[in-house]
Amino acid sequence: MTQESLLKLLESDARLSDQQIADRLGVSVSEAAATRASLEQEGRIVGYRAIVNDDAKGVSAFIEVRCTPERGGGFNRLAARIARFEEVKSCFLISGGFDLLVMVEADSLLEVARFVSEKLSSMEGVLSTATHFRLKTYKQNGLLFEEEVTHERLSVAP
Amino acid sequence: MDWNRILSKQVVELPRSGIREFFDLVTGSKDIISLGVGEPDFVTPWNIREAAIFSLEKGHTTYTSNLGLESLRRAIAEYVGGHFNVGYDPACEILPTVGVSEAIDLALRCLINPGDEVLYHEPVYVSYAPSVQLAYGKATPVETSIDDLFALNPAKLEAAITPRTKVLMLNFPTNPTGSIAPVETLRAIADICIRHDLFVLTDEIYSELRYDGQKHVSIASLPGMKERTLLLHGFSKAFAMTGFRLGYACGPKELIELMCKIHSYTMICPSITSQEAGIEALRNGTPAMLEMRESYRMRRDYIVKRFNEMGMDCHLPGGAFYTFPSVKRFGLSSKEFATRLLKEARVAAVPGTAFGACGEGYLRCCYATGFNLLEQACDKMARFCDSLKPQA
Repeated sequence: MTQESLLKLLESDARLSDQQIADRLGVSVSEAAATRASLEQEGRIVGYRAIVNDDAKGVSAFIEVRCTPERGGGFNRLAARIARFEEVKSCFLISGGFDLLVMVEADSLLEVARFVSEKLSSMEGVLSTATHFRLKTYKQNGLLFEEEVTHERLSVAP
Repeated sequence: MDWNRILSKQVVELPRSGIREFFDLVTGSKDIISLGVGEPDFVTPWNIREAAIFSLEKGHTTYTSNLGLESLRRAIAEYVGGHFNVGYDPACEILPTVGVSEAIDLALRCLINPGDEVLYHEPVYVSYAPSVQLAYGKATPVETSIDDLFALNPAKLEAAITPRTKVLMLNFPTNPTGSIAPVETLRAIADICIRHDLFVLTDEIYSELRYDGQKHVSIASLPGMKERTLLLHGFSKAFAMTGFRLGYACGPKELIELMCKIHSYTMICPSITSQEAGIEALRNGTPAMLEMRESYRMRRDYIVKRFNEMGMDCHLPGGAFYTFPSVKRFGLSSKEFATRLLKEARVAAVPGTAFGACGEGYLRCCYATGFNLLEQACDKMARFCDSLKPQA
């Protein structure tokens, strides 16, 4: 069994048990469990979280951050500091017109605004921020939200 | 109305499809897990659906030539050349049809004079014998068995040939058994066809769905066979496009021209939307097909293992998406077993007899169903099989 085929299964459904993985990949349960454990230890599998549709609840924002790189460390130290805030759900270094893309979740607009003005903008090295609020989620982590009702096949067909 | 006088005797006397019969039984039953479906459980890959939508958006809503779009025929020639290793001229040797079913009907009507005999292997897809009969031919089954893993035995084939035999119909990988004919078997069959001057209709609709990593071999690609073979293929199974109703026939231009004559009077052409979606499938559909195939393979391995564990003897089928387990050891006929399985375990599978008399003792179980449903179906079937075993 390759690690990749196990990862592919778990990426489509992280709740699969070791028995179910074994059935799908045609391996023993112990082999499935061991492969999963080694992927966890290596840090390829970072965690298992539910993908929650919280459009109706809370506020999310995507914040573009421009910052000054440090000699030696580049953006890493600043990015790690930003990533530690509880409000920050994801943080990426990206190419293009700005440096860090920071995704923030909070209970209200005000909380996001406070986070940006009091914590993020005031950090040393942060040059500017641009905050975009999420209005609606169509797809997340490969899953379409609001899937249309599936079309049923005939139960018996040639 | 005196329907006895009005209706065609030939069609009235044509037997109803065994699948249709079982469908009536299942319809109306609730909470059934169905292994009786003969189509992919995947939705057509998005890039192909998008090509269909784009075709409509551009206002392509007309008839096409009876031969279909030239661009489609060119794409078919290229795909068939690579996949089957046979070259066909897109100008005159390829005819896009409304599914392989239409192509079979056209071909038989173009080949058969009343009383000509057509051989086909059984168990096989339900339409072959009726299509032969509707063309006023005589359909003669050649039984296959588990001993040959349901591939056609050349000796049995040769024994069934008579002076009136004109056509041989083949379907490998086979619906309902998932059988693949080994190359040496195909060679022996080709040799028989050449010696007895038979024409071959080969329905290779499942040819992409082969799980042993070997390349599919078409009988049309064997020496001396292209000139006496009509190769039938389509989009339904490989690209999950059953609802598009698109297939094609490749063969000698004399036959293609005659088929196109009937086609021009009856179907005119497959819908242009489907034809343009088909081009996208042939050009860019292979990665999605390979993903689906890998998913079918996992399910095949699982269901065959479970069937054998629950006491149904089941060989590992090489292709398509069907298993054909034996229920003989339970002492019930295929139909009794399938009917009780439906009523008591709420799982639908088609009795092997729907595909020919020699399917007695077997069930067709399609594994093109979500893995979670397959697990549930297997659990239910295992309990059902236990309930049939004599109590100690």
